[in-house]
Amino acid sequence: MRQKNSIKIAQYIVLGIIAVLFLVPLLWMLFSSVDPHAIQSIQMPSRLTLDNFKAVISDKSILRSFGIGLLMSGFQAIFVVLICVLAAYPLSRYRLPFKRPFMLTILFLTSLPMTAVIVPVYQMFLYLKFQNSLIATTIFLISTSLPYGIWMMKNFMDSVPIDLEESAWMDGATVGQGIRKVVTPLMLPGIFTVGIFTFTGSWGNFFVPFILISSPEKLPASVTIFQFFGNNGLVNYGHLAAFSVLYTLPVVVLYAFSQAYMSKGFSFGGALK
Amino acid sequence: MNSSETIGRIPNRSKKRNQIKRTFGLLAPGVLLLLVFFITPMVLTVIFSFTNLSLTGDAAANLKFVGFQNFVTMFKDPELANSIWKTIIFVVFSAVIGQCFFGFLIALLMRGKNKTFRRVVGLIIIAAWVTPEVVVSFCWVAFLSDGGTLNKILVSLLNIKPIAWLYSFPMISVVIANIWRGTAFSMMVFQTALDDIPAEIEEAAVIDGASRWQITTRITIPMVRGTIATNIMLVTLQTLGVFTLIYTMTGGGPGNATSTLPVFMYKQAFVSYQLGYGTAISLVLLVIGAVASLLYMKVLKVKV
Repeated sequence: MRQKNSIKIAQYIVLGIIAVLFLVPLLWMLFSSVDPHAIQSIQMPSRLTLDNFKAVISDKSILRSFGIGLLMSGFQAIFVVLICVLAAYPLSRYRLPFKRPFMLTILFLTSLPMTAVIVPVYQMFLYLKFQNSLIATTIFLISTSLPYGIWMMKNFMDSVPIDLEESAWMDGATVGQGIRKVVTPLMLPGIFTVGIFTFTGSWGNFFVPFILISSPEKLPASVTIFQFFGNNGLVNYGHLAAFSVLYTLPVVVLYAFSQAYMSKGFSFGGALK
Repeated sequence: MNSSETIGRIPNRSKKRNQIKRTFGLLAPGVLLLLVFFITPMVLTVIFSFTNLSLTGDAAANLKFVGFQNFVTMFKDPELANSIWKTIIFVVFSAVIGQCFFGFLIALLMRGKNKTFRRVVGLIIIAAWVTPEVVVSFCWVAFLSDGGTLNKILVSLLNIKPIAWLYSFPMISVVIANIWRGTAFSMMVFQTALDDIPAEIEEAAVIDGASRWQITTRITIPMVRGTIATNIMLVTLQTLGVFTLIYTMTGGGPGNATSTLPVFMYKQAFVSYQLGYGTAISLVLLVIGAVASLLYMKVLKVKV
C-alpha cells in the first residue's frame, strides 16, 4: 500500500513539473506585460503597471491591425458558417449518387498542407491583380476553411432528426424556412464550433496574409506582431508582451466559450459517423 | 395498375427534380469557391512546376514549359535533400515522438488524479495550444535567448556560460517549441479515448493480480491502439505544413539548419523569386501530404 502511494505521489510530481514547464514561457509574457522594466527572462514585476498596454492601445497602426484582423476573421467565420450550412443540407438530407466520393474528397482536402498551394495562389493573385487585396485574401481564407467546415457541419446536421423538419413541412413551411427555423436552431452548438474554430484559425493565421498582403497598413495583427519583434535591435519586451497578451485574448475568450461544444469534436468515432 | 403507377410517379419525379435543383443550388457557392481557390491552385501547382515561372527577369514575361528541368535541378540540389531530411527530423521528433508520446503520457498520468489538479494541469497545457503561433514563437525566442529564462536557470544552477540556443541548437529549439505548442491536442484525443475504456476491464485485471505496468502495456495501450494510429497520422499531417513557427523563430537558419520543406519552398519562391522551382517543391510537399492523407483515411476506414 505504501509503495502504491509513493507511486501516486511521484506521478503527481511528474505532472506538476510538466505543468510548470508548460507554464513558464506563458507566465513570462504575462509578467512582462505588466512590468515597467521587462527583460528577456522571467522575473517578478517590481511594480504593476498598465503603461505597456496603454502604449500598445495608443499606437494607431497596432489598433488598425487589430481592426483588420477582426474584420478578416469575422467575415471569414460568418461566410464559412453560411456556405457550410447550405452545402451540408443536401449532403445530410438527400440520397445523392455522388455523396460518397464528394465527402471523401472533402475529407482528403481537410488534411492537405495548405502551405503547398500558396505559390500558385500567389501567382493567380498576381495575374488577376488581386495581390494586396484584403477582400480577395479573405475569400481565399474562406475557401481554405470550407473542407473542414462542410465535413463538420454535415455531421452536426445528421444528428438533427428529419421528423421535426417534416412536421414543419406539413404545416406548410418551405425547405428554406425549415432550414432557418428548425435545423439551424437545433444545431447551434455545431454552428458555434465551426464559427469559433474558423475565427481562431484565421486570427492566428500568419502565413497567408504574410504572402498575399504587401502594404504594411493592410496587415492584420498576426503579421504586425512579427514585424514588431522581427525589427530587432531595440525591442521593448514590455510593449511586445502587452501586444501579445491583447492579441491572444480573443482566442482564449472564444476557447473558454466553446469548451462545452469543442470537447465533442475530439472523439474520432463521434465525428465520423 | 398501369395508370396508378404513372400517377404515383409524376409528383415523385418532380419532387426528385426539385431535390436535384436544390442540391445544386445549395452546393454551388461552396463548390465554386473550392474549385477556384483550392482545386485550381492544386492543378496549377502541377502545371507550374514544369515551367520556368519566375517573378523577375525574362521568364516573368514569357512563360515556357521546361519539362522536368525543375525536378532535375531539385533532385540535384543538395539543399532539397537537406530540407527533406530536416522535415523528417522535425516531424518525427516534434510530432510523432514529442506530441504523441507526451500527450499520451500526460493523459495516462492524469487518470484517477484529483479533479481540480487535473483541470489546472490540463488548462495550462491547453493554454499553450490555444496561443497563436506567432506569440508562441515570441515566447520561445525570449525563453531561449542569451538573457532568457532558460539561460538564467542554467547559469545559476550549473555556473556555465549562457548558450545561444537558437544558433547552436536551432533544430532542438524549434522541435521543443512545437512540442510545447501541440501536445495539448494529442493529450485531449487520448484523454477521450482512455475515458472510453470500461472500468470493469482494468478492475478485473487488478483482481487477477496484474501489476500497474502490466495493465498499462497489455490492456490499456492495446485498447487505444486505433486512436494512437489515427493521432500519429493527424499530427504528422499538421506538422508537415508548419511554416510560421519555424520561420518566425529561426527564419530557417542559421544557414539551412531548420529549413524544412515549407520554409525552403518559401525561400525559393519569394526570396529567390524562382516561382517555378518553388512550385516544384510545393508539389513534393503536396504529394507527401496526399499520400499521408490517403493513408489516414485508410486507417480510419471512414464511413460516409
